[in-house]
Amino acid sequence: MSGSSTDKTHGTSDLKAWPYNLKREDGSPYEPPTYKPPNAILRWFEDRLPIMGLSYTAGVSYPTPRNLNYWWTFGGILTFMLVVQIVTGVVLVMHYIPEAGMAFNSVEHIMRDVNYGWLLRYLHSNGASMFFLAGYIHMFRGMYYGSYKAPREVLWILGVIIYLLMMATGFMGYVLPWGQMSYWAATVITNLFSAIPVVGDAIVTWLWGGYSVGGPTLTRFFSLHYLLPFAIAAVVVLHIWALHVVGQNNPTGVDPQTEKDTVAFTPYATIKDGFFIGLFAILYAWFVFYIPNFLGHADNYIQANPAVTPPHIVPEWYYLPFYAILRSIPNKLLGVIALFASIVILAFLPWLDTSRVKSARYRPLYRQFFWLFVVTCVLLGWLGSKPPEGGYVIMSRLLTAWYFIHFIIVLPLLGLIEQPKPVPRSLSEAALKGGKAAFLIALAFGTAALIGTPQRVAAQQQGEVQPPRNTWSFAGPFGKFDRGQLQRGFKVYHDVCQTCHSLALLSFRNLGEEGGPEFSAAEVTAIAAEYKVKDGPNDQGDMFERPGRPADHFPPPFPNEQAARFANGGSLPPDMSVLAKARQYERGFPWFVIDAFIPYQELGADYMVALLKGYAPTPAGMTMPSGMQYNTYFPGHAIGMPPPLSDGVVTYTDGAPQTVDQYAKDVAAFLMWAAEPTLEARKRIGFEVMIFLVVLSGLLYFTKKKVWHDIEKPRELARGQDPKTTTM
Amino acid sequence: MTTISAAEPTRRDFLFVATGAATAVGAAATLVPLIAQMNPDASTIAAGAPIEVDLTPIAEGQIIKVFWRSKPIYISHRSKKEIEEAQSVPLGDLPDPQPDQARVKPGHDQWLVVIGICTHLGCIPLAHQGDYDGWFCPCHGSQYDTSGRIRRGPAPANLPLPPYAFLSDGKIQIG
Repeated sequence: MSGSSTDKTHGTSDLKAWPYNLKREDGSPYEPPTYKPPNAILRWFEDRLPIMGLSYTAGVSYPTPRNLNYWWTFGGILTFMLVVQIVTGVVLVMHYIPEAGMAFNSVEHIMRDVNYGWLLRYLHSNGASMFFLAGYIHMFRGMYYGSYKAPREVLWILGVIIYLLMMATGFMGYVLPWGQMSYWAATVITNLFSAIPVVGDAIVTWLWGGYSVGGPTLTRFFSLHYLLPFAIAAVVVLHIWALHVVGQNNPTGVDPQTEKDTVAFTPYATIKDGFFIGLFAILYAWFVFYIPNFLGHADNYIQANPAVTPPHIVPEWYYLPFYAILRSIPNKLLGVIALFASIVILAFLPWLDTSRVKSARYRPLYRQFFWLFVVTCVLLGWLGSKPPEGGYVIMSRLLTAWYFIHFIIVLPLLGLIEQPKPVPRSLSEAALKGGKAAFLIALAFGTAALIGTPQRVAAQQQGEVQPPRNTWSFAGPFGKFDRGQLQRGFKVYHDVCQTCHSLALLSFRNLGEEGGPEFSAAEVTAIAAEYKVKDGPNDQGDMFERPGRPADHFPPPFPNEQAARFANGGSLPPDMSVLAKARQYERGFPWFVIDAFIPYQELGADYMVALLKGYAPTPAGMTMPSGMQYNTYFPGHAIGMPPPLSDGVVTYTDGAPQTVDQYAKDVAAFLMWAAEPTLEARKRIGFEVMIFLVVLSGLLYFTKKKVWHDIEKPRELARGQDPKTTTM
Repeated sequence: MTTISAAEPTRRDFLFVATGAATAVGAAATLVPLIAQMNPDASTIAAGAPIEVDLTPIAEGQIIKVFWRSKPIYISHRSKKEIEEAQSVPLGDLPDPQPDQARVKPGHDQWLVVIGICTHLGCIPLAHQGDYDGWFCPCHGSQYDTSGRIRRGPAPANLPLPPYAFLSDGKIQIG
């Protein structure tokens, strides 16, 4: 037997295991407990791979400052979100097809046919937003409390690297659904590199793998989108490693000095993180189950079309401030440099801030400039969602200038001229005060930043008439489709729309599925049999037509786009499968915020009803191109489709009024179901998840109170209070 | 103080157990969609609907292969000799004893419909080969007779029968 197994240092590594230089009350050095293998087998293993010891010192006995507030839980929340994104992403890849002709439809296949596919996809797409939201709060927290200052510079820079990787990953992930926004985001962002002198165009061609964004671009973005999260995970490991070497900062900015200034990571920090992860999950679930498309763009439900740029393209909300900076600079190269500089400058923050005081608590001037900076970022985000014209451009330029002034001038100067408040010498001396108001203010800004999102599509100019809202049975958290309305709506589609509009993503069987029109199996078979479906080849090698079966998709009215355009005076009747999600209109402030809370997600259906009823004589002074009709609600007003509905054109058998108004509402409801066939399941499961998360968060809260009670009791005893009287 | 220490642990334990249990329930519920997503999706299930096969073009002694749920289905139009061979084998000679009558529909002795997947490890046996006029699996040498029953080799069971029914004398529906 080797002597080393009895060595008393076994199971610990030579690396510096503990941050701070903690002392006991008697002044002797304090070291937190280390892992002691409870039996010979584990000791044998531990001597060969000290993984239990590592987990124990890193995740259990690791000392954290006892005065951390809830802003410090966002590191745990980010870890949680990274895991969620990787798990849901790995699962989605099992069904997604990274091929230009199939990507869009494979995402819809996930939404419609894969078991819980809609849930997994909405978790992933909204998870990206939640990831960035938590990331921004984490970064602002670091800025407020000076967490980037010595000795945490490397820790901070690793965070900036993670943030850059997140941006790259998020961008490439957004390209994968291969909708219009995907395609044009890919085009615009890759074109940033064309600003590089001399080699710019060659680099862009290399990035594309072609002469424009296309199939090769999609495939390589898919590959990298799968790879980068694991790179993020690796840098996160370094980030946490660095954190464990230098120790966590805390709201005072003064390092813990005694054992009593710290608590063990588990259970104290673990349960606190757990409670806030529970709360964060409630917010996340609200988006996933009730407003899953709120943070997305309606245009991304239109398949990528290299021939048409959407009228108003904006990036995802989390890139908006940088997009505003890019657009505020009139020179192409300088704009791109400003964009990248605005991110890279974060890495220099530890040296730009010259103050020796960390926490903004003791820096009265910096505190004001910090909030000014937060407001600047939020406003830049709002401007990034606005068209680059008029006053918006001027505001963007002023705020861009301030963004850089903050880093380059304000921070270095503040350290020289600011008179900080007295900094406590130790954590025990620092009274716990303040913070609450800052927490609330920041929460308000965070919410504003979150919902100050890109709005919405459909080239609506200022002063346009908004489609009126309707009362939909499927709106709200408990909304359900009206079966009769869906069946009538199908009849309108069947008798009128399908002459020109395809419904390619739907199968006849969908008409009989739960949560839809719920036609009987016999009715579905009869409906399917009405259609002629192309099949073959038969034994003679010929294609042939046969009556449709429930498993078949709705056959298109025209064999190809050219035939459709030729038959419709040059206009292409869009496919109606996801049309209700692909059409929206600008709601404007504050309505879009209210919509998020009600929640109201039926803008597409409202738009359709308005459009179907919106035909009017061409106003004087406006000339219509030949074959075009004037429509009040159509963007640009010239629509190729003649008024499709008139009173009595469709016969209802259930006694519903046979009017254009009723037809329009019924077919809009039907198309809403066609676009989101899992809406009822989503809201039902959403309610269950909400109840569960509220209960879980409550339990976590009380458990947290219990666990921390031990820590807080001695102090209360010292003040002469009875611990029993404290709130539990 | 003693009363506190006696009362506290129970309440605390209950809270901890409840929180732990709720977390475990949540984790387990999270696994449901993650696991369910790998099961056949709705379009795959719908595509597995029953198929109809016209038997009239199949000559006596001929075996055709059709696909149902992505599985090869052998339809054998058996000759008198093949039927006799299948019916005359003593059940005791069979590794997986099953009379021929149990493998065809009554009154349709000439039609044998089996799933053409070897019960050993899933290869597709070749028709009209082997020592028993039935099927021979090239992968590991399993041999099936004219009733699709295992006679020799590593396969443990007879070729399985798909669900099917005669719509008329010349037409069957599989599935």
